[in-house]
Amino acid sequence: MKKIVVLLFLFYISVLTVGAVWIPDKPSPPKLVNDLAGMLTNMEVQQLENTLVDFSNRTSTQIVLVTLTTLNGEDKAMVATEIGQQWEVGQKGFDNGIVFLIKEKTPDSKGEIFIAVGYGLEGVIPDATAKRIVEKEVLPSFRQGKYYQGIERAISTMMQLSLGEFTAKEYNKRSSGENRIGALAGLLIAFFIIAGTFGRANRIRRNSVGRSIPFWILLSMLGSGSRHRGSWGGFSSGSGSFGGGGFGGFSGGGFGGGGAGGSW
Amino acid sequence: MKKSNIVLIILAGFVGLILLLVIIGFLYYKSNYNRMITRQEYVAQQWSNVENVYQRRADLIPNLVNTVKGYADFEKETLTQVIEARAKATSINIDANNLDANTFGQFQQAQDGLSSALSRLMVVVERYPELKANQNFLELQAQLEGTENRIAVERMRFNETVGEYNRYIKMFPRNIIFKFEEKPYFESQEGTEVVPTVEF
Repeated sequence: MKKIVVLLFLFYISVLTVGAVWIPDKPSPPKLVNDLAGMLTNMEVQQLENTLVDFSNRTSTQIVLVTLTTLNGEDKAMVATEIGQQWEVGQKGFDNGIVFLIKEKTPDSKGEIFIAVGYGLEGVIPDATAKRIVEKEVLPSFRQGKYYQGIERAISTMMQLSLGEFTAKEYNKRSSGENRIGALAGLLIAFFIIAGTFGRANRIRRNSVGRSIPFWILLSMLGSGSRHRGSWGGFSSGSGSFGGGGFGGFSGGGFGGGGAGGSW
Repeated sequence: MKKSNIVLIILAGFVGLILLLVIIGFLYYKSNYNRMITRQEYVAQQWSNVENVYQRRADLIPNLVNTVKGYADFEKETLTQVIEARAKATSINIDANNLDANTFGQFQQAQDGLSSALSRLMVVVERYPELKANQNFLELQAQLEGTENRIAVERMRFNETVGEYNRYIKMFPRNIIFKFEEKPYFESQEGTEVVPTVEF
């Protein structure tokens, strides 16, 4: 009898571990900047946290930074995606979360980066754009050891992209150094993107709110005229603990492997 | 008290007991059966996610092949292998409600074949600096990498869902009463984890 119990238990464990990926524990209280590798100074952490919390309060889009000393042998894309999925970064139903994962460079291993993009933002930050952000904004600074600069540049680019301040195509042009497109070409591109957005909107598998973010941001801005600014607790599914503009918590965003990475 | 009365009471008690057992049995059967069906549905749902990401990859390949073809001296053999592997992979379709181990194995083998054909292609590309600088190619490469990540994620989630299902149906006494069939897992890909080396 004892043998059977032990066997059953072993079987249970072995089934449990099928497919499970190691990820760091969800921070409690929730934080957007999780510098577990200690790559940034306290000041820098605070500054980034403020920027990201403010952005989350204004737009409900959550960008999480995680630095690690090791990936424990896991694939960086998998770890970043699972952090997003299991910490529930972004809003439920909108899936507007981003996980910016950095594995510190050590004497015997490369530094690794992965930007995981939630389902809802895959439209505004496609994989190719995420890759470009890694290669053009992050890696050049990281190679010089300027971590804060690289992180800051990537984050501000992603914020602008998710707000629709410029589109992925415009960003691609800009970062290629092709700044001399005429105004007409710009307008044409914008037209096609808009036309394409409407044309494709129906085909997107999960509700890809990313594309329509500008609309509901506008809506929320309209709303905030009469209400208190930053009353984002309304979006979140509970845990209404926010004092002094702090971060209210993760809210159920989903991730499916979108994004891109690089190493240095 | 008459003797027949006692018999009647005992009989009534017995019938009541049987009725109670039948009701308990029915409730047990119902809740367990429904839970198993729900789990089976989750598996089917997750299977369609897996198929979606594989389809997404298959859709990218014609574009990739055309871009690479543009380079006149590009190795024909590698390209042909990719095209053949794609044709093979897209020819196997599995009904989500009928995931038997045999066809599942074929499906996985065909898809993994495509994965390794693609990774060989990417290795060969390293020899063509012009192609590597092509904007269109870089874009496709990023999309392809993204799709491979999505495949890995959906496969893992599929395995998790199947794990829950299998664990549930195999528990005693469900395994004897219902005899639901165990569903197969994805195994880690053979060969693709070992990055092929290329002599220059």
